[in-house]
Amino acid sequence: MKAVVGGYVIDPGGVGEGAFDLFIESGTVEAIAAHGTIVPSKDDEIIDASGRWVLPGLIDIHTHLREPGQEWKETIDTGSAAAVLGGFTTVCCMPNTIPRTDSAEVASYIRGKAAEAGRARVYPIGAVSIGLAGVELAPLSELTAAGCVAFSDDGEPISDSGLMRRALEWARMHDGIISCHEEDKQLSHGGAMNESPLSYRLGIPGMPRVAEDVMIARDIELARLTGGRVHLCHLSTARGVELLRRAKNDGLRVTGEVTPHHLVFTEDKVGLYDTAYKMSPPLREAEDVAALREGLADGTIDCIASDHAPHDPDSKRVEFVRATFGILGLQTTLPIILGLVREGVLTRTRAVAAMTVEAAKCFSLEKLVPGIGTLVKGSPADIAIVDPDRIWTLSSDRIASKSRNTPFLDSEMHGMAELVMVAGKVVVREGRLV
Amino acid sequence: MRAHLLGIEGMRVEDIHTLLTNAMTMHEVSERVIKKVPTLRGRTVINLFMEPSTRTRTSFELAGKRLSADVVNISESASSTKKGESLLDTAITLASMSPDILVVRHQASGAPHLLARYLSSTCVVNAGDGTHEHPSQALLDCLTLMRHFGEIPTGKTVAIVGDVAHSRVARSNILALSLLGNKVRLVGPPTLVPSDLAHPRCFGNRVTVHHSLGEGLKGADVVMCLRLQRERMTRFFIPSLEEYARHYGVSEKVLRIHAPEAVVLHPGPMNRGVEIDSDVADGERSLVTLQVQSGLAMRMAILVTLAAIRGAGTSESSEGGAI
Ligand SMILES: [Zn+2]
Repeated sequence: MKAVVGGYVIDPGGVGEGAFDLFIESGTVEAIAAHGTIVPSKDDEIIDASGRWVLPGLIDIHTHLREPGQEWKETIDTGSAAAVLGGFTTVCCMPNTIPRTDSAEVASYIRGKAAEAGRARVYPIGAVSIGLAGVELAPLSELTAAGCVAFSDDGEPISDSGLMRRALEWARMHDGIISCHEEDKQLSHGGAMNESPLSYRLGIPGMPRVAEDVMIARDIELARLTGGRVHLCHLSTARGVELLRRAKNDGLRVTGEVTPHHLVFTEDKVGLYDTAYKMSPPLREAEDVAALREGLADGTIDCIASDHAPHDPDSKRVEFVRATFGILGLQTTLPIILGLVREGVLTRTRAVAAMTVEAAKCFSLEKLVPGIGTLVKGSPADIAIVDPDRIWTLSSDRIASKSRNTPFLDSEMHGMAELVMVAGKVVVREGRLV
Repeated sequence: MRAHLLGIEGMRVEDIHTLLTNAMTMHEVSERVIKKVPTLRGRTVINLFMEPSTRTRTSFELAGKRLSADVVNISESASSTKKGESLLDTAITLASMSPDILVVRHQASGAPHLLARYLSSTCVVNAGDGTHEHPSQALLDCLTLMRHFGEIPTGKTVAIVGDVAHSRVARSNILALSLLGNKVRLVGPPTLVPSDLAHPRCFGNRVTVHHSLGEGLKGADVVMCLRLQRERMTRFFIPSLEEYARHYGVSEKVLRIHAPEAVVLHPGPMNRGVEIDSDVADGERSLVTLQVQSGLAMRMAILVTLAAIRGAGTSESSEGGAI
């Protein structure tokens, strides 16, 4: 038996907050009790968490692990290492691998690699359309059986509304979720940053907000028609938040996520063509950031997702319009979100909920792993022990990912997951991989 | 130390004044019988043109040669990028041969900024990057107006007519002319002249947007016509060249009504009968020939000024800063 004692537990989906001790047996939480009420036996392995926060392991429902197919950017091994170092014990990986995750074989391959790596729980997200080509429906039932927890064509948004409708209808049989990167590619044609006075000054083709908003509106209406479940990926616009709010008021089964970078950066970061800040959806303007923060705080936006998108340096050291979209996220999400807690944008309860139990609910992960994202008796012993005040530097050698495409490289980070366990197994200790 | 000419953005009024003054001196050189001076003897200028250009490349080449610099031209077809080499690798290879100045024309906005960020000891001159800036063109346009008006243009009303959204010439001119204290009107259809261009965060508060040609031209001192590219039809920016010309073609008749005193600039090459009529292009108010002459003088001034800063070698200039 392991005992995590003396810490301050924040478990919004379970016991709430307070000084609790946790007892772990065979990978699950055996007991959780007010500090000192249960005395550990002398055979127990004691983990002293005093002065630390004890959180359910974080859950990321939007990650790119690049394997199979682009192993020079990331592998399931390195990506899951980055995950656990960032406090994430569960990640869901997007299907834009090569080959695409549009068959049971690829889904099983990913799960096999994840088991080999033996760190985080890794769940594949299956493709909506074969090859993410937007033409034929992927075998959604087969993918569900192979362990896919949701469906998405992420970087290749579904332009065919008929396909989207049928996907929602078919997925209903499994209570499946379609996770949507909302972008009308005709409207964002060739764009590389937010369309704005700044993009016009820089002469960079713009991706207007409306390209995102019209697709959100469409998919909300399709959710209304079909009764299907739609999850909105990486919301970036004020209007998108408002549309999600209304959909929820209407009782539709629509959820949404936001990335840390969209919560803290505006398009001004692009500066003079800094490709480190090129992402999709693009960084937008201050009013969007304000709306995203408000939407996350009031629960309109369900959860935080990293959109961890590793890229090699060559794909970023090019002309801005040619550079790849995306930044690393797994090791920076927790410090960024803790920053928002310090700023008073989010309560710590809400922040933790948005990275744990609420993320799990978006994909109904509790059906696969009862109690995931919480620390009640019977929950998996997926735990992150966090020092919210620890200051450290995101130096190149601390990045477990194969790639280095983060604007935070060599920056000071505030807050660290010092000890992380997955199913009771310690995978990170003292902020380093075990 | 290094200094670059990446754009008008970031330049100060004094920088433009210095270049205009130096260009007036260079202009005198061009009027001599022997048009060559030894100013840049032993210096190397590389023209890296990744996009077809006759006018600008010839102008920079001749400018370098008249200053006695060694000038090397590398064009798109001859460069290794055709073989898949990245722009940055090409430029690093060239920079390892220690040129003093690398003049870059590239189809991607920000390409010269990328090179300036990674090349430690070469001056980068932007000779046109994508739809971003074309600073030497704006400077030569200012020189043209200076020679025409007899003073540095200020307090004038300048109407820029056409495809502003995709024009690097327009961007650099908007920045330069408003910096010098002129009012800039941008004139064209909403597809090519979006209202964002008049937002203070775009080019400051001396810029207005007009979708009516007559309103935009009214009382203008200077009319600058932009080249309209045929490709604009493919992404629905214009229904047809004819329909565009009907609304925004600048003719002598229109100018007589709305801007009788205006002089007219065009960066070339012209689509006669589309954005500009021949009676304007070849007429008395056209400054097009003067523009071409000014181009050479201004590019000589740019090379001399940059080489001087580089030659001074002691003071550290700001990263990516203008001249
Ligand atoms: Zn996406």
